Amino acid sequence: MLSKNQARTFFLGGTVVFFLIFLVLSWHTLAKEVPEQTNAENLSESAIRGKRIFDKNNCMGCHTILGEGAYYAPELTKVIDRKGEEYCRIILMSKEPWQPRGRKMVAYGMTEQEAADVIEFLKWIGEMDLNGFPPEPDLKDKLPTE
Amino acid sequence: MKYKSQQVAYWFFALSVILLVLQIAYGFVMAFAHLGYDGLHEIIPFNAASATHKNLLVVWILSGFMGAAYYIIPDEAERELISIPLVKLQFWSLAIVGVVAVIGFHLGWWEGRKFLEIPRPLDYLVVINVLLFLYIILMTLFTGKKRTTTSLVLSMGLFFAALLYLPGMIWFDNQTMDSFFRWWVVHLWVEGVWELIMGGILAYLLIKLTGVDRELIEKWLYVIVGLTFLSGVLGTGHHYYYIGTPKYWLMIGGIFSAMEPLAFLGMALFAIAMYRKGEKRHPNKLALTWTLGTAILSFVGAGLLGVAHTLPAVNLWTHGTFVTAMHGHLAFWGAYGMLVLGMITYAMPLITGRKMYTKPGANYAFWLSNIGMIGMTTAFAVAGVTQVYLERKVGMDFVDVQLAMEVHFLILIGAASIFTLGIVLYIINFFKYGSPSNEALVTA
Ligand code: HEM
Ligand code: HEM
Ligand SMILES: [Fe+2]
Repeated sequence: MLSKNQARTFFLGGTVVFFLIFLVLSWHTLAKEVPEQTNAENLSESAIRGKRIFDKNNCMGCHTILGEGAYYAPELTKVIDRKGEEYCRIILMSKEPWQPRGRKMVAYGMTEQEAADVIEFLKWIGEMDLNGFPPEPDLKDKLPTE
Repeated sequence: MKYKSQQVAYWFFALSVILLVLQIAYGFVMAFAHLGYDGLHEIIPFNAASATHKNLLVVWILSGFMGAAYYIIPDEAERELISIPLVKLQFWSLAIVGVVAVIGFHLGWWEGRKFLEIPRPLDYLVVINVLLFLYIILMTLFTGKKRTTTSLVLSMGLFFAALLYLPGMIWFDNQTMDSFFRWWVVHLWVEGVWELIMGGILAYLLIKLTGVDRELIEKWLYVIVGLTFLSGVLGTGHHYYYIGTPKYWLMIGGIFSAMEPLAFLGMALFAIAMYRKGEKRHPNKLALTWTLGTAILSFVGAGLLGVAHTLPAVNLWTHGTFVTAMHGHLAFWGAYGMLVLGMITYAMPLITGRKMYTKPGANYAFWLSNIGMIGMTTAFAVAGVTQVYLERKVGMDFVDVQLAMEVHFLILIGAASIFTLGIVLYIINFFKYGSPSNEALVTA
């Protein structure tokens, strides 16, 4: 039967080994892979300002981005592809709450420059290699047609 | 209760249950908004409610953990806490930082990073507060007569939880890196070091409530926390599938996170086995019910409902939908919410000398809150699966899908009302215990 000492060795040994593996993998991911998959060289000053605006207004408190956030408003990863820049600019600059079919967004009333920065940020996000996320709807073509 | 300084746990428990009520209030604000009633939009927009709901959750659980540590460590180390004034300072600074953070959220003082919304200046105060807490706990432990496995595992969990707060405080320009380190906090907390805290508290409660031999319980404690790190550390990979990180995480995250339920299964089997083996002469049966409840529901909420969406082939579709919210609720409630409420149920009679656990209200509190939470989880699950199919599989527009799902939020509010009734009964019972009493000091 397992003794208490053996159990402790299992715990401490496993912890050290798996943390080390995790640290090495994390280093590899961040140093080698992420810059490439996220096109870090395209991360412009404007896009970085856009990220700060995105954070400062807690956009993630309603939306998801890269699939993370809240579920009150649409996923923003590919929003520029889906809706286009002009549509996004109007929403961001609107002084009245934008409310598609009743669901209200905060009226940020951004300046032209701020809206452009946020759009730069979203464009950069939209070009990342996300291993296939968000997926293409695969049942769309299988629906019966009238 | 043997040591007078254990009474300080009362203040942390009181703060904990009060913040729980507030958290619930913001949950209702969001549920009504999803149902189409967002009349509070001008004062509490959804993002303010959501930041407040999530942060109050973390703070009430942490306050509960701190109270538990202040109660358990003197008992295990066999000495008084090193200083009551320091504990008071730590308590009030925690409460003040919490209140300032919540008010700040309503004024737009925040950082939009889920669960880590507290702005950086306040983060530094949190760090100082937690360092003070750790100083009191570790000094008490290491100058005490004994260092039991239970107290060491608990303290180790608290120490690493503090350490892991730091990666969340680094600034990044790259969203992927920001998210990468956000998970060092969020994932490595709930599926890593918090499980050590849970294991420690659970072991303590089982030793006290079942009367089973300490050596046996603590041996299994090591096995369980060993399983936690074995699976949970590389299991972090289940958050690195689709955020701009390399493909090897799909395999690593998938395999290791699929093993994470083992630690929770371990806790459930462990609690049940000790329950059957023990003499159960302890009069506080209700505390034992909560203890078994947390061990079992954590396996369901974290283990089963976690594994349900952890494989990359599933997560591709469910990532960032109500399926996540379904799991988030039962996992947090089962593993950490019930654990804190169970610890409070155990400790309050000993702190105040009153045996309120025999009152029927206390019993109803357990059942109503759990039935309500399981109902809420079910409502989120139905909404989540509907959302995944309509939005992700069929490609319907986001808002159209949300409108189609409204009825599930009506059911959510119904179940949440049952849950809230249970919590209200719990809190009435809590305050009926009254304040700590020196007459409750006993030997043994
Ligand atoms: C009356 C009770 C409650 C109601 C009505 C409620 C409702 C909600 C709603 C509507 C959301 C937001 C979903 C979204 O992003 O759109 C949410 C998020 C969340 N709530 Fe609650 N909640 C309640 C209690 C609780 C409790 C007791 C816990 C923990 C023990 C909890 C933990 C969470 C967590 C972790 C999230 C974030 C989930 C995620 O984003 O995946 N909630 N809640
Ligand atoms: C007590 C333990 C646990 C708690 C409190 C918990 C809570 C949560 C919360 C709140 C989230 C949403 C996080 C965010 O978006 O910021 C989440 C996500 C997730 N959890 Fe857990 N969890 C636990 C254990 C587990 C386990 C054991 C597994 C797997 C077996 C698991 C699998 C997942 C997955 C795959 C996601 C990502 C969902 C997505 O892609 O949107 N969780 N969890
Ligand atoms: Fe996780």
